[in-house]
Amino acid sequence: MSLEILTYSFMHRALISGIAIAILCSVVGLFLVLRRYSLFGDAIAHSSFGGIALGLLAGVYPLWTAYGVSIISALIITKIKDRYNISGDASIAVLLSSGIAVGLVIISLSGGFSIDIFSFLFGSILLVSVNDTVLILALTGAILIVILLMYRQLLYSTFNEEQAKVSGIPVEKINYLIIFMAGITVVTSIQLVGVLLISALFVIPNVTAIMYGRGFKQTAIISMTLSVSSVVIGIIVSYIFDITPAGTIVLISIGFLAGTMGIKSAGLLSKN
Amino acid sequence: MLNIVEISNLIVKYPDVKALDDVSFVVKEGDFLGIIGPNGAGKSTLFDCMLNLNTKYDGTIKFFDKDIRKSKDYLKEIGYVPQKPIFEKNFPVTVNDVVRMGLKDESNEEKIDDILQQLWIHELSERRIGELSGGQQQRVFIAKALVTNPKILILDEPVTGIDQQSIDLFYSILRELNSKQKITIIWSSHDLDAVNQLANHVACLNRTLFFHGESEKFFSDDKLVKQYSEASMQEHMHHH
Ligand SMILES: Nc1ncnc2c1ncn2[C@@H]1O[C@H](COP(=O)(O)OP(=O)(O)OP(=O)(O)O)[C@@H](O)[C@H]1O
Ligand SMILES: [Mg+2]
Repeated sequence: MSLEILTYSFMHRALISGIAIAILCSVVGLFLVLRRYSLFGDAIAHSSFGGIALGLLAGVYPLWTAYGVSIISALIITKIKDRYNISGDASIAVLLSSGIAVGLVIISLSGGFSIDIFSFLFGSILLVSVNDTVLILALTGAILIVILLMYRQLLYSTFNEEQAKVSGIPVEKINYLIIFMAGITVVTSIQLVGVLLISALFVIPNVTAIMYGRGFKQTAIISMTLSVSSVVIGIIVSYIFDITPAGTIVLISIGFLAGTMGIKSAGLLSKN
Repeated sequence: MLNIVEISNLIVKYPDVKALDDVSFVVKEGDFLGIIGPNGAGKSTLFDCMLNLNTKYDGTIKFFDKDIRKSKDYLKEIGYVPQKPIFEKNFPVTVNDVVRMGLKDESNEEKIDDILQQLWIHELSERRIGELSGGQQQRVFIAKALVTNPKILILDEPVTGIDQQSIDLFYSILRELNSKQKITIIWSSHDLDAVNQLANHVACLNRTLFFHGESEKFFSDDKLVKQYSEASMQEHMHHH
């Protein structure tokens, strides 16, 4: 086996956009995991299914309706959750099932059209176009800048809402900002990596990184490193062995998680 | 002297109970006010209203002579230490992260260092917050409250799980903040003796305000103290 595959331009695009998405999902996902919102990515992804169906029905480019529907429904569900004091996991369940329901009803109303369910579930990272890559890089850059500028506020309102409020942080606006960023991240990534991989990238590297017992910045860096490594190794390995990239990437990140748990129970993870 | 806080006819009703009933008092600059009252007396409710966390109250609360319904600027002058800061045990933040959360710039690094040292948590600064003992966490949150240079410190005292040594350290820190740094302190506590030693003003709260004034007046009046203790005992029996 040669390194020839690294010279293909579709491979360059897959790796570049894969790395961007890996970084983005791990950073945005860290805040979601810490807010006990781990399945939120999944829920948004499901509601984007409704959005895609709506776009196909209305004859609009499905990605745009997916952005619209996912972000708006995520914000609405957050509003309802706060208003009626519904717990986070329950509100996620509502969002998740209503997104799929809307999609299914629209599809059956229109007599059914062929949404490529397989690529919705697992993505098609090796088919990324130049335009997709540019869009992904731009959105990743924008979201990372916002997070970098605001991370102390984002972190404080994630850590303890009440204390953050008292110190004058607009906690509600920050909550919506996080939801909004998560929505953009999911819809941007979903066409490439699919529903399955989105929630895996949101959650697994972060759960692993948190185990290392470090502070916030180091935890974020560990998570990004794991996430990027899983994606890069996953893309290359899956190409070489001709297996599904999404599944391979998830399995590799689970491998890191298992390895970390092993190191930890062997008592090798104490600091100093 | 300047009125820091002025509370008039404060009433808070929850669906099942009236938590505060017609509470009025004034806190002046430099006061060290101990608010004592049994469980369920309404201490945390009072703080929630003062901190704009609960806005469903009747009556008025003024900070620096301004109604807090009209201006939230006063929050900048407050350092708040909650009764039970709730967070996940494995939340990935160190003491260093915690004291800096929410700050806008990096400009006061030296001050942060001083505060960590003053509170005896300098050596813990790279440890995760969830690994620390209750007393250590409490000092971290006081440090956090102090980094913004507040004029007022509001502490809802945690009740249990802190050893005597940590309590003594905590009290001596409070005393120093009030006497040397002239920070006005409003502090709720169950511990009558501690309030007697530390505070120069006392408010006895049990839904209504039972007494408010200089602590000497309260503690030199055996009848008042006894009346208060009996009232809170009764409340206690009620709850069991
Ligand atoms: N959010 C709420 N909803 C309904 N009732 C509440 C709420 N918060 C407090 N209460 C009730 O109001 C009363 C006062 O509670 P509060 O927490 O203010 O007491 P406290 O003096 O702080 O008690 P402790 O010493 O135990 O901290 C209690 O009867 C309590 O059950
Ligand atoms: Mg209380």
